[in-house]
Amino acid sequence: MKKYASLRVGKSISFLVDKKAITISLILLAVSVVIFLVSAGSGEMYISPLEVAKTLFGNGSDMNEIVIYTFRLPRILVALLAGMSLAVAGAILQGMIRNPLASPDVLGITGGAAAAVVTFLTLFSDKNNSLTISIHWLPLGAFVGATVTALLVYMLAWKNGMAPLRLVLIGIAISALMQALTTLLMITGPIYRASQANVWITGSVYGASWKHVTLLAPWALILLAASWLSARKMNIQELGDELAIGAGVSLQKQRFFLLLLSTALTGGAVAFAGGIGFVGLMAPHMARRLVGSSFGALLPASALLGAIFVMAADLAGRMLFAPMEIPAGVFTAAVGAPYFIYLLYKSRYA
Amino acid sequence: MLATNRKRSIGLFILCLLFMTTIWMSIIYGYTDTNWKNAIEAFTNNNGSNAHIIIETVRLPRALIAAAVGASLAMAGALMQALTKNPLASPGIFGINAGAGFFIVLFVTFFQVHSLQIFTWLAFSGAALAAAIVFIISAVGKDGATPLKLTLAGTAVAALFASLTQGMLAANEKALEEVLFWLAGSIAGRKLEMLIAVLPYFIVGWIGSLLLAQKVNILMMGDDVAKGLGQRTNAVKVGVALLVVLLAGSSVAVAGPIGFIGIIVPHIARALVGVDHRWVLPYCALIGAILLIAADIGARYILMPREVPVGIVTAFLGVPFFIYIARRGILAK
Repeated sequence: MKKYASLRVGKSISFLVDKKAITISLILLAVSVVIFLVSAGSGEMYISPLEVAKTLFGNGSDMNEIVIYTFRLPRILVALLAGMSLAVAGAILQGMIRNPLASPDVLGITGGAAAAVVTFLTLFSDKNNSLTISIHWLPLGAFVGATVTALLVYMLAWKNGMAPLRLVLIGIAISALMQALTTLLMITGPIYRASQANVWITGSVYGASWKHVTLLAPWALILLAASWLSARKMNIQELGDELAIGAGVSLQKQRFFLLLLSTALTGGAVAFAGGIGFVGLMAPHMARRLVGSSFGALLPASALLGAIFVMAADLAGRMLFAPMEIPAGVFTAAVGAPYFIYLLYKSRYA
Repeated sequence: MLATNRKRSIGLFILCLLFMTTIWMSIIYGYTDTNWKNAIEAFTNNNGSNAHIIIETVRLPRALIAAAVGASLAMAGALMQALTKNPLASPGIFGINAGAGFFIVLFVTFFQVHSLQIFTWLAFSGAALAAAIVFIISAVGKDGATPLKLTLAGTAVAALFASLTQGMLAANEKALEEVLFWLAGSIAGRKLEMLIAVLPYFIVGWIGSLLLAQKVNILMMGDDVAKGLGQRTNAVKVGVALLVVLLAGSSVAVAGPIGFIGIIVPHIARALVGVDHRWVLPYCALIGAILLIAADIGARYILMPREVPVGIVTAFLGVPFFIYIARRGILAK
């Protein structure tokens, strides 16, 4: 059996498809569907996955329909989209910087988006804690925060080229700065906003509504599609500067474009799900082990893994200590921090 | 750089004067400014007026706590930087603050602990645990505890503890209210009793560090040389690590996690007096105290009449410094 199958449509579209990657992606897809169904069925009222599936196809009881559609589905969808966005953002960064330790949170991008969101909430809310401008602007705010931080880190770390280590250290420092800014804003606001913001910064999809889904979905889906279509560019970037230039790529332009993609994805995820940590680090890394480092296969696999992580973390946060809710970000960090340490061992360039 | 001992002594004397001045300024300036006459009267001839009460119960404890915490954090930073040969080492970056915060929040949330004496011990245990985890993690592996691995392991452990802390706080709003200001690092509203409770540990830490200074100098030459000179390097390392936990742990217990003092100050001190820790440590203590008192005075003015936690001020001061050091590329060596 050959490793690759070729896929041609007419003369203009042609892909080499890695068979193993397809199999693994399908398995991951199946896993995420199962988690999706279990998650939609779990809570105060248990609904079996089969019933959930029935309801989703429009054949369920009225009661199930209400519970699933109004209460559970929005948050699960936000978790799904946020997980995919963060994972793909991490995959892009890791390919671009060519460092397995790069991820939106290590580089301070998540922190920048978080600071921007808290700034947004502080600047545009009145005394009754309601927003004075439409919440539609929130992802844009988070995106601006993420982009500004990313550019800042990139510029500060640039010194006759880009040493990955310096980038990580500067990222850590800028994260600390953003964290200080966020705390400052939280402390100067009223306490209810502080506790809201705290839940949100830890990363939680608690309280997500259909409105959030309809805001996040187009943003995330368009960007995810754009990322997948740019997979070839990423493949070339990963070969290193000289080879990429040799292959006729305008390196800095593409790099800037990819950075924007990555920060936009992070911004969207952070705006609605908060700083769910370590997903952007773990998911792409595991995906690379499963399907190899060609981005055409890597991106979908990362996205699915990211979705699985965040949905599972959200499920655990709801169920383990019920009726208390634990933010999903706690679980991703509890798994992710040890994983980061494990990566540290394996990296040789220390 | 101050090359001779005579110049260094004069420098130390000048720092002492500066230190006294900042203490006075800390007592006098704030939401209600007072004057130095009033301040002296508060101690010699207290007439029970509002100003005198404020000076005695609010301003003075605050200045003294800032001094003690600043000095301790700076010394802990200097010791850590020497121990790990890493210019970016400091209690904050190494997860010690996050560990202490985690333990305190854990016990406030689940065991309803509110006594300060226990807070102190909790902060110690958390600090020691985090430090131990970071050291063990970074020492395993092929090339031992390299500066980079220490920094990254510290960041990961800090992230882990911080996220667990936030998780507990998110589930328990009342606890959040109680500890949010503490978690940001602040010396406002701390009572003198809080300082007195941890003062013995501070004093042991200060004296212990000064006594070990000569041994630290030898350790800095590298393990092989130090062993060749007859030093029991492991014993010294353990001793230094214990001092760091003592100093940083009690600081965290009183003031919450205040970052970056431990990074900035040792660099300034070394720029002034070189690498001899018998001089570096006293310089660190004074400069750290001065810097934290000054940051605390600044914290009162930024959002007047509100107070900003001093940890935020030090972060804003410290980050550019950190970036400068990271760019200079000492780590690359």
